[in-house]
Amino acid sequence: MIGRLPIAKMLAVVVVMTAAISAVMLSINWDGQEASTAAPKIDDLLNVMIVLSSFVFSLVVVMLFYALWKFKAKPGDESDGEPIHGNTKLEIAWTLIPTVIVLFGAGYSWSVLHDIEKQDKHHLTVDVFSQQYAWSFGYPGKDDVYSQGELHVPVNEQIQFKMHAQDVIHSFWVPEWRIKKDNVPGITTTAIVTPDKLGTYELICTELCGFGHASMRAKVVVETPADFEKWVGGLKEKVPAPLAESITQDTETNPAPLNAGGA
Amino acid sequence: MTAAIKQPGWIRGALGAILGAAFGFALVVAIRKASGLPATQTEQTGYPQVVVALITGPLGFLLGFGAFDYWLRWAVGMPTIPEDHSQHGAKSWKDYFRFNTDHKVIGIQYVCTTFFFFFIGGLLAMLIRAELAQPGTQIVDAATFNSLFSTHAAIMIFLFVIPVFAGLANYVLPLMIGAPDMAFPRLNALSFWMLPLAGLLFIGSFLAPGGAFDAGWTGYAPLSTGAPLGQSFFNLGVQFAGASSIATALNFLVTIITMRAPGMTFWRMPLLVWANLSTSLLVVAATPFIAGVQFMVLFDRALHTNFFQFAGGGDVVSYQHIFWFYSHPAVYIMMLPGFGIISEVISTHARKPIFGYRLMALALIGIVVLSYSVWAHHMFVAGMFSWLRVPMMITTLLIAVPTGIKIFSWLGTLYFGKIHTYSTAMLFALAFIVTFTIGGISGVMLGMVPIDIHVSDTYFIVAHIHFVLFGGSVFTIFAGVYHWFPKMTGRMYDEKLGRVHFWGTLFGTWVTFIPMHWIGMDGMPRRVADYASQFGTWNLLISCGAFILGAVQLVFLYNMIVSWRFGPKASGNPWRANSIEWQVSSPPPIFNFDEIPRVVGGPYEFGVPGARHAIMAGESVEAPAPAQATTVGSAQ
Repeated sequence: MIGRLPIAKMLAVVVVMTAAISAVMLSINWDGQEASTAAPKIDDLLNVMIVLSSFVFSLVVVMLFYALWKFKAKPGDESDGEPIHGNTKLEIAWTLIPTVIVLFGAGYSWSVLHDIEKQDKHHLTVDVFSQQYAWSFGYPGKDDVYSQGELHVPVNEQIQFKMHAQDVIHSFWVPEWRIKKDNVPGITTTAIVTPDKLGTYELICTELCGFGHASMRAKVVVETPADFEKWVGGLKEKVPAPLAESITQDTETNPAPLNAGGA
Repeated sequence: MTAAIKQPGWIRGALGAILGAAFGFALVVAIRKASGLPATQTEQTGYPQVVVALITGPLGFLLGFGAFDYWLRWAVGMPTIPEDHSQHGAKSWKDYFRFNTDHKVIGIQYVCTTFFFFFIGGLLAMLIRAELAQPGTQIVDAATFNSLFSTHAAIMIFLFVIPVFAGLANYVLPLMIGAPDMAFPRLNALSFWMLPLAGLLFIGSFLAPGGAFDAGWTGYAPLSTGAPLGQSFFNLGVQFAGASSIATALNFLVTIITMRAPGMTFWRMPLLVWANLSTSLLVVAATPFIAGVQFMVLFDRALHTNFFQFAGGGDVVSYQHIFWFYSHPAVYIMMLPGFGIISEVISTHARKPIFGYRLMALALIGIVVLSYSVWAHHMFVAGMFSWLRVPMMITTLLIAVPTGIKIFSWLGTLYFGKIHTYSTAMLFALAFIVTFTIGGISGVMLGMVPIDIHVSDTYFIVAHIHFVLFGGSVFTIFAGVYHWFPKMTGRMYDEKLGRVHFWGTLFGTWVTFIPMHWIGMDGMPRRVADYASQFGTWNLLISCGAFILGAVQLVFLYNMIVSWRFGPKASGNPWRANSIEWQVSSPPPIFNFDEIPRVVGGPYEFGVPGARHAIMAGESVEAPAPAQATTVGSAQ
């Protein structure tokens, strides 16, 4: 049955189509600027997925259009097709091959996840406070100074963000860092980022939090350690009492990223 | 007048609704008075006098409308009204507006009602896209915008995609398995009539103080527990839609398991029957979870319980666990019946047996089992325990395997067939294979934790769910409606208008939903009324695509209405299909079959010499062995 199909030619078309789609798709930088050590790793995974997806898409499209071109009934032809009920080898193949592919994808993703969540001994901890509809930040290692609506971090140093939502769920996302984490009332969630490019970015709330959700943004500045120390030194305000209280009251349900030995 | 009040019907129903609501209101006021509280309570999350009335009002309507008459008479020991089948069949259009126990009438009631809500949900989508065509706020304010996308999603999910499949299966499935009706016709009718009540609650929430529910269809706590009264309308609407869904699933299970025609073994069931068996297994076990979790939210709101109030010791994340334990299987509840439809349409129009029938059925069961173990992939960034992410990622990716089996088997079915593309149903089925593949691919990407961390809660998600639910489910719904339109109405639809609808829908779907992937990856979050101006051009294009998509649905509406009234009469089997529903007249006789057919072979034996699926009453049965039968059934 399969022997009657021009498999080699069809595969050649699939390969050419995969190459063409991948070439176009990979030439575009979908995710925008990469500004953290995690970003290129996630983007690489995405690019591998784009190539694999282009292949699957091309395979389906080529199979479909070949069938439509070759096996379309002539007008007035009322006869039936060939009574083929299946093909065990083919069915086993399209069960096992996708299984192997997705398990490869799972393994690859796991290793990326492991990489991007590795904790450095030397890191800066920043408290993130979110409430309808504003962000503010505390620097526990820096005398608990407090900044509203503007986050500054030093470049090339791992930052551990400890998130404390005050009312409803918010979500912390800096697209250039590729890192997102929900801020959940009652618990402390953690995100690990190592920014590696100087610049000004935007912190976006991505969890629906009410009518002000779309405008819940904050300015993010990644600067040299010296500039950062200068900026922190200039902060006069301390973390207000209710926010400081939320730090101690929150339970830490997400304490250990995967590689930290497990709970 | 007194006669009208005694008869079950609209007048008694309206009276029941008013009395029911008044009873609920009075009950709360009386209890509050007795407890020394003010008579009414109008904190934004409270309004117990309204909440209880919203439960008792619809129940009063159902009582008055006659949904419980038979059971109540039986329960209190009154002589039951002998079944004279007066509630069976429809003689005029008015019968579609009555409590009717005929599965064919109920099927049409379902399909028409759900398409009514499809157009309402579509209008809301048009408003959303109009607002998003330009950055900034032009048409609606941010709070109204939140209500718009929340009601759009709730209506499309709970009042269109899930129940329209129940409606199509209601009509077709008993015919397909050679049954005279569903197993529990009265329960079937009750299931249907709960549906418009759920719709009224969703739409009615726009009238509530504070506006319609606006916490998204996901209604995450604590945003939902603190939201204005409209949220309670959502909590309760889900109860009615959910109860309807569960009762129907139970009905399907019993019907499929016990009422198949003699000879129809499990391995001779059409794949649509397999699909509804799988779906019903999901619904009966999963839907109670969303019903439960919406009650918990309602209790937090109105009774000051602390399920999800962190300040009172509740756990915020557990809402999402319970919600997604239903709502991920719900994705398959919205997809598996469509898989069944595609199998019927493709096999019939390619004149070929389904490729790998048994593996196709097993793939459905595989999806059912796996779909219970993937819910937390909606929560990779939600702050749940981090070790839960990898196992859930693996099961999520594995579910692509049975789904892939289905895609490849449909393609295999086309090979060496005689493919006819004159039917709009077949066009939608073929296009479905491609668009659904895209939804599947983006689903695999989202299943990978690192990618999900970046794109979750962005427009990438919006693109993915619309490729799955619109490019997937809705395409299968159109395929199903076109395929069985001749059977259900006895008329043929206009294929030319069908083609306009098909190409417009395909074009609109791609233009609308493909660019959403890009703007999502590039940094546009979802559920925002306003966005950064860098996304302006793409959003304008998306809105144009959406308007085309919306406008072309009017062609469909026109085609359906006009063809139903004036279309050429349909023969019993216009597509030359094998399954039993096509072996009776169009529309089928009032009790489906004079005599239950006998099933003697598989449902897709195209091209097998002498093979046949079923022997109908009145056919010569001198050749009981399937291999010796010579004519392919075309009995009226």
